[in-house]
Amino acid sequence: MSNRIVVTGLGVVSPNGVGIPAFLHAIQNGISGIKFMPRYEELNFSCQVAGMPDFEWSNLTKYISEVTFHGLKGTNIGYGLAAALDAWADSGMAYETDEPRWETGCVFGNSIADTEAMKNVITRVDSKEAKKLGSRVVEQAMNSGVTSYISGRLGLGNKVITNSAACATGTQAILMGYEYIKHGYAKRMIVGSTEHVDTYVYGAFDSMRVLSRKFNDCPEKASRPMSISAGGFIPSSGAGALILEDLDFALQRNAKIYAEILGGSSNSGGQRLGGTMTSANPVGVTRCIQEAMANSEILPQQIDLISGHLTATNADRQEIQNWSQALNRIGDDFPLTNSLKSMIGHCLSAAGSIESVASILQIAHQFIHPNINLEDPHPEVTNMVSMDRLPVKMIKKEINIVAKANFGFGDVNSCLIFSKFN
Amino acid sequence: MTRKEILDELKKVIAPYTTNKEMLDSINDQTDLIKDLKINSANLVDIIIDAEAKYQIEIDYDSADKMINVGTCIDVISEKISQKNEEYR
Repeated sequence: MSNRIVVTGLGVVSPNGVGIPAFLHAIQNGISGIKFMPRYEELNFSCQVAGMPDFEWSNLTKYISEVTFHGLKGTNIGYGLAAALDAWADSGMAYETDEPRWETGCVFGNSIADTEAMKNVITRVDSKEAKKLGSRVVEQAMNSGVTSYISGRLGLGNKVITNSAACATGTQAILMGYEYIKHGYAKRMIVGSTEHVDTYVYGAFDSMRVLSRKFNDCPEKASRPMSISAGGFIPSSGAGALILEDLDFALQRNAKIYAEILGGSSNSGGQRLGGTMTSANPVGVTRCIQEAMANSEILPQQIDLISGHLTATNADRQEIQNWSQALNRIGDDFPLTNSLKSMIGHCLSAAGSIESVASILQIAHQFIHPNINLEDPHPEVTNMVSMDRLPVKMIKKEINIVAKANFGFGDVNSCLIFSKFN
Repeated sequence: MTRKEILDELKKVIAPYTTNKEMLDSINDQTDLIKDLKINSANLVDIIIDAEAKYQIEIDYDSADKMINVGTCIDVISEKISQKNEEYR
């Protein structure tokens, strides 16, 4: 149980950059990935902007055979495959294998199959043409579609699990992979999550009146975490993937090491004490953060950076208060804090994995990415946190420990503690 | 349609489902779809659906079960095309 777990590979499909080099450049320079979506205007959505990765679908043939590519319609699967296989290659390993890789497993999450792709299924069945659906629908409709494609391509032979915990999915997947290695079940895990917000899912969020609707004419300004003018979040799509390895196992093959995972926690507020289906119980959140620190054997003072959930809804203020209470740090003493969502919006189940990739890049390259659009910080935030703790420009700084948390519908929480590898 | 014409079209139907593209040019009646062309057995359904669309025929379950190699595929397709032509006559 004393083994250490390190991150040896990263992959990302983000609205502001596909692939690690493009993504790193974007987060260092505060580049927004939010764009106006003409289709959403036609559909009478209130919010008409979104984060969509600039993803060339046919590039998938670089990762999978043409036979597999033919008939692949699930956008979430495509994003997840690209991120996972990029992370695998980044960690210095070849795709091909004849024998199953018994020591390697996968925990990859998503929330829902590509409903737009499934529309064809519904239409066919309703037209009494179910016979014409073919063999490729079920594997893409099933929740484990993305893990099945990843594990099949790489011949993974250890535990292969699909998780789903709304906006906490990605962080939870990483924690689950960490725990499997920690407990000695696997030597290596591919972890991450993927999300494609199609028009049907987007429309459902739009109807909840939780999306930013006042910036349709200036999309890059639309995602404004912690601001007075924050009017809701921006739904986005993408995927993030990490290769986690037992330290000794990684060292044996001279793997490059980005960072170490010290520990984490995943819990639920039970939808009690202020927690509901859609809002977090502050006690649950505080416990989750404190348990993550305890499991990682760190003290609150050691946290150099908080990578917040911070979606640009009313919940931001409560989140800051929860962090402040969990860490017992306030004002000038509050850790530096940023929200990647200011640049890319909210990638829902993929948020945790993409934001974790960003956290690890900040450790590996020793910088703190800016909070863009933080022009009018909310007084209830600045009452608790000094403005210089919420950088609006990139900072070059030594950072050793990052706390990354996400909170999801269903009152579920996940928090990870990443560290520079020493 | 002659067997040769059906074969030429059948190659196009099969192409997206075989990982053994080199063999596709030289297939003959004996070529086995699964063993030789390395087609995933689940994808045989897709080949049948594509063939139905291509030749505007319907391939029933019993006929589909016979489509194991290129020769039997041509047999079934040829039979269904002539059945269709009978109906139109």
